[in-house]
Amino acid sequence: MGHVYSPLRKPLVDGDKSMHDITHDVCRSIEGKPTALWWYGFLVSAAVLGVFLVVTGWTLYEGIGVWGLNKTVGWGFDITNFVFWVGIGHAGTLISAVLHLFRQKWRTSINRSAEAMTLFAVVCAGLFPLIHMGRLWIGFLWVAPYPNLRGPLWVNFRSPLLWDVFAISTYLTISAVFWYIGLIPDLATVRDRAKHWARKLFYGTLAQGWNGSVRNWNHYEKAYMIFAGLATPLVFSVHSIVSMDFATSVIPGWHTTIFPPYFVAGAIFSGFGMVLTLLLIARKTMRLESYITLDHLESMGKVIILTGSMVGLAYGTEFFIAWYSGSIYESFAFINRATGPFAWSYWIMVSCNVISPQTLWFRKLRRNPWFLFILSIFVNIGMWFERFVIIVTSLHRDYLPSSWSYYYPTTIEVLELVGSFGLFFFLFFLFVRVMPAVAFGEVKGVLKMGKNYDPTGASAKKHVPHDDKPAEGTPEVSHA
Amino acid sequence: MPKEKNKFFLGVFTDEDDVKPATQACADADFTFHDVFAPYEVHGLDRAMGLSQSKITWVTFLCGLMGTTIALGGMSYVSWWDWPLNIGGKSPFPLPAFIPVTFELTVLIGGVCTMMGLFALCRIFPGKKARLFHPRVTDDRFVIVIEVDEDFDEAKCREIFTRHNAEEMKLVDHDYAADPADAEASVEGGAA
Repeated sequence: MGHVYSPLRKPLVDGDKSMHDITHDVCRSIEGKPTALWWYGFLVSAAVLGVFLVVTGWTLYEGIGVWGLNKTVGWGFDITNFVFWVGIGHAGTLISAVLHLFRQKWRTSINRSAEAMTLFAVVCAGLFPLIHMGRLWIGFLWVAPYPNLRGPLWVNFRSPLLWDVFAISTYLTISAVFWYIGLIPDLATVRDRAKHWARKLFYGTLAQGWNGSVRNWNHYEKAYMIFAGLATPLVFSVHSIVSMDFATSVIPGWHTTIFPPYFVAGAIFSGFGMVLTLLLIARKTMRLESYITLDHLESMGKVIILTGSMVGLAYGTEFFIAWYSGSIYESFAFINRATGPFAWSYWIMVSCNVISPQTLWFRKLRRNPWFLFILSIFVNIGMWFERFVIIVTSLHRDYLPSSWSYYYPTTIEVLELVGSFGLFFFLFFLFVRVMPAVAFGEVKGVLKMGKNYDPTGASAKKHVPHDDKPAEGTPEVSHA
Repeated sequence: MPKEKNKFFLGVFTDEDDVKPATQACADADFTFHDVFAPYEVHGLDRAMGLSQSKITWVTFLCGLMGTTIALGGMSYVSWWDWPLNIGGKSPFPLPAFIPVTFELTVLIGGVCTMMGLFALCRIFPGKKARLFHPRVTDDRFVIVIEVDEDFDEAKCREIFTRHNAEEMKLVDHDYAADPADAEASVEGGAA
C-alpha cells in the first residue's frame, strides 16, 4: 500500500499489461526477424537515399550552378529544406524535455521515437547549409573559429549565420546525449534478454554495465531532470536563432520582430505533424496500439490545433504590421506574397497550416487515426511551403524592378528534397530495428496510472476531488 | 566498513508499492544497504534508502559556468583583442550579439559534462560487466540487497520482507551474481 491512484485518471497503457509484457512487446520488434513491411520500407528508403547521394555528389562535383538559383533568388530549395528539417526536429525535444518538466506522463510511450526523429531531422537539416556552401571540403575553414590559413582572421561572431552553426551543432549533440541517457536502462534490458554473443556485446557495450542500482538511479533521475532543463531553453533558442537568419536582415518580409516566437510555434507544429505521421505508421506496423493509444493521438492533435492557430495568428499579424507600419516596401512584400506570381504557394501554406488543423476541434476527428494521418501529411506540406514562401517570395522581387525574377527549381533540387526524406526514413527504419522504439523503462513507471479508472466518475466523487490530492486517510500520493 | 567479505541477504519484490515501504522499513531497522535494484526509476526509492540528493547538479553548474566563460572570453579575445574591426564605430564588445553563442556553449559544455559526470558517479563505462542480483532485475523485479554485518538480524529482516509480499528471500555469498539467461525459468515462477 502507500499509494493511491486517482479514479479520474485514465490508464496510459491499454490492455492490462504486466511489466514483463511491456518489455516483451517492445523488444520483439528488435529481436527475431524483421517483418516484410519493415524490409519494404527500409529498402525503399535506402533506394531514395541512394538518389540523394547521387544528386548531392553531382552538386558537389559540378557546383551549385546545377540549382535554379539566380542573382535575385539566392536561397531556394536548399535553405527551405534546412529550415523545414530543423523545424521537424523540434517536436522530439519538446516531447521529451518540455513535457517532462510539465509532468505530462503520457509522453513516455512516444518520447523515444520522437527523440530519434529529432536527431535524424537535424542530421538532414545540417546537410543543406553544408551543401549550399558548394565547396564542402573547405567549409570547415569558414565556420570554425580557429586561427587559420588567412592569418589571424576570425569568423564573424556578430552574424546570425554563425550563431546558427553553434545552435544546430549544440542541438544535435545535446539531443543525442539526452536520447542516449534515456536509452541506457532499456539497453540493459535488451542486453539481459540477448541470446547471441554479438547482441550481448553490442547492447552490453552501449548499456555500460547498467544494473538498475538505486544508487545510480539517484544520479540518473537528477541528471535526466537537468537535461530536460537544459534542453527546454535550447529547443526554443534553436529555432529563434534560425529565424534570426532572416529577422536580422533588412529584406522586407524577413525583417520581422515576431519571427522568433512565430518560428518556434511553427517548428512545434511541423514537428508534431511529423511525429504523428511516423507514430501512426509505427503503432500499426509494430503493433504498439496498447502503448500509443488514441489518447496519445488526441493529445498530439490538441498541440497541433494550438500551434497551428498560433502560426495562423502570426500570418495575420505580419499583414497587419505591414499595413500599420506604413512602410511601402513591407506592404508590397506582403501583398505580392498573397497575390503575386507565387500566390499559389502562399495559399497552399494557408490552407494546410491554418485551415486544415481547425478540423481537429471535433473530438471524433482527433481520435480517428486515418484522418490524423492525412492531416499530418497536410501539415508537413504546409510547413515546407511556409519556409518556401518566406524565403522565395521575399527575395524574388527586390527593391530594383529590373532585377525581379522568378524561381524554378531544377530536377536536382527536387530530387535532393525527396532524397532527404530517404535519408530520414532510412535512419528511422534502422532505429526501430536496432533500438527499443518505446522507452519501456519509463512506461513501466506510469503503468499503475489509471489502474482505478472509473469511467462513471461515481467513485471519483466519493474519494478524490482532484488528481493530485490524496484520498482521505491515505498517507501518500503516487508520483509514478 | 567490512573487514572480511560480508554475505548478502536478498529480498525480491514484484511491485514498487511493496519495495518502497520495505526499503523504508529496512532503513528504519538500521540495516546496511548494499544496494536496491529497480528496473525503472522509482521516485522516492533513493530517499527511502537514505541516499542524499545527487551531487551531479554541481557538475552541470560548474561546467556550464566554464562554457559561459570560454564563450565570452573567446569572443572577446577575437573581436576585442586579437582583431578589432571598426564597424561604423560600433562597440568592439557587442554583448547582445554574443549572447546566442554564449548560451549555446553553456548548454553544450554543461550538458556533455553532465553526461560524463553521470557515468563517473555511476561508475559505468563501456565494457563493464553488469552485476545482476536477479535475472529479471532489468525487466520486472525489484531487489533489496542487505549486507550481513553485525547489525543484521535475519529474523527481523525476513519478517519485514514477508510483510511486504517478498517473492523470494535468500542469503548469498559476497560475489553472487545472477545470470540473465535464467530469466526464462523465473517467468514461469510467475509475476502477479
